[in-house]
Amino acid sequence: MSSRIDSRKFKKINRRELLKLSPVLALGAFAIPQLQKPLLKAGLGLSDWASARLFRSGHLAPTFADSEVTPFDKFPINDYDVDDPQVDFDRWNLTVSGAMKKPGDYTLAQIQVLPKVTQNTRHVCVEGWDVIGRFGGVRLADFLKMIGADMTARFVTVECADDYYESLDMATALHPQTLLCYEMYDQPLTREHGAPLRLNIPTKVGYKQAKYLTDLKVTNLLERVGYWEDQGYSEFYGL
Amino acid sequence: MATRAIEIEDVKTGEVAEAVYEHPFIVRLCHWVNAVSLFVLVGSGLQIFRAFPSFGAKIPQKDLIHWPKAFAIGGWLGGALQWHLTFMWIYIATGVIYLGYQLFSGNYKQILFVPRDVPGVWPMVRHYFFFGPKPPVKETYNPLQKHAYTSAVVLGVLSGLTGLVIWKPVQFSWLGWMMGGFHYARLWHFVIMWALMAFVFGHLVMVVLHGWNNFVSMLTGWKKDPEYRPGA
Repeated sequence: MSSRIDSRKFKKINRRELLKLSPVLALGAFAIPQLQKPLLKAGLGLSDWASARLFRSGHLAPTFADSEVTPFDKFPINDYDVDDPQVDFDRWNLTVSGAMKKPGDYTLAQIQVLPKVTQNTRHVCVEGWDVIGRFGGVRLADFLKMIGADMTARFVTVECADDYYESLDMATALHPQTLLCYEMYDQPLTREHGAPLRLNIPTKVGYKQAKYLTDLKVTNLLERVGYWEDQGYSEFYGL
Repeated sequence: MATRAIEIEDVKTGEVAEAVYEHPFIVRLCHWVNAVSLFVLVGSGLQIFRAFPSFGAKIPQKDLIHWPKAFAIGGWLGGALQWHLTFMWIYIATGVIYLGYQLFSGNYKQILFVPRDVPGVWPMVRHYFFFGPKPPVKETYNPLQKHAYTSAVVLGVLSGLTGLVIWKPVQFSWLGWMMGGFHYARLWHFVIMWALMAFVFGHLVMVVLHGWNNFVSMLTGWKKDPEYRPGA
C-alpha cells in the first residue's frame, strides 16, 4: 500500500525527520572547554556511584595458591616521588586521630598484637598491569575496633612519609581482606614496598593502597580525597 | 513488519519515484550517538593503553605498540579514564535502547544473521571483492550485510562485558574467570576494539561506494529509489 505525495512535501518530511535528530548535537557540549570539565566530572562521579553500589562487603576477592604468586623481584615498585622516604624505624609510630575512643600514637608492636592474616591476592594497577602478591598484616577492621573507632563514620584517611595521602570508604575499610600490611612474601616490608606499614586492599586499585603510613584518621568529612584522585582519578575505584 | 513506502511525484517534471521509510527515529538516534561514543571510547582507550602498552608482565615489560598521542583522547591516563568512564554509559545506553527496540519491534529479523543466510555470503563477497555478478536482491539486507550487522552487535556486547571485567575484576570475578582472567579480559577488550574498527572501516567504504541514498536514510529515515521492493 503506497500513497503518493509531491516532492515538495517529501522534502518537508525529510527536513522534519532530520531535525528530530538534533539531540545528538547535545554531545557537542563535550567539545566546549567550559562544559567539558564538569561533564566529565559528572560521568566519573556516576561511575564512582555505581562502583560503590556494586561493592559487596561479604564478597571476597579471589585468592591464589602459593605457586601462582608472582616472584618478589617481579613485583613492580611504583611511587609518585621516591622509592625510600627515609623512615626512621626506631622512632616510627602510627598517629591515630578522629572519631574514636582511643586516639594516640601506636607502635608497630602494638598493631602486631592483633591476629595476623596472610593472603595471596591480585594487585591491579590503574595503568593496566597486575601481579599476584603475598601479603601479611592485621585486618584494618580489627585495628579500628581496637582503637574504638566510630564505625558509622564515612571515611578512613591515611597520610604517608612521602607526603602521599589517601582515603577509604568505611565499607571497604571494614572488608575482611583490607589489611594494615607489614609483611610481603613472609618478610617484613622492604623500604620500597612501604616499610614499615602500608595498606593492602584486594578490592581496590593499586593507587589506593598507600605505602609508608604515618597517620590514620577516622572522619565524616574529606578535606582532600587522595594524591591521584585530586588530580582527576576515580575516587572510589573499587575492583 | 512491512516497510512503509510512498510514491513521490516531482513537482517540476512530474516523474514518479519511490521511497521507503527504512530507519525509525530511535534507530537513527542510537546509531549516531553510538558512533560518537565509539569514537571517544576508542580514542580514550588507546590513551589508557599507552600507560601499559603490553599484555604480559610489567617486569620485564615488552611494549606491543607505541600509539601516537595525536590519535588518542584525554591527554593523560587520568583524563582518558574520565572520557572512557563517562562515554561507556552513553555507549551502553544506546546499545540497550537499540537492542530493546529491535527485539520489541521484531525488526531484528531484518538484520539477524541466521543459518539460512550462510549460502548467500560467498556470492556477495565475490561480487564486492572479486568483480563477480551481483546476486539478486531478495531482502532489505543481503546476507553479507546481515553478517556484518549481527557481528557488530555481538562485538558491541562483548566489548561491554570485557570492559566490565577490567573495571570490576573482583565483583565480576566469575565473568573474568570465564574470559581466562584479568589479563585475558584486557586482551579480548583490545582485540574486540580492532574487530569493531574493521567493521566501521568496511561500513564506511560501503557508504562511500553505495551511496548517498543510504547515508540520507540513516539521517531522515527515508530512502529514495530503494533497490528492493518493500514488504518482499
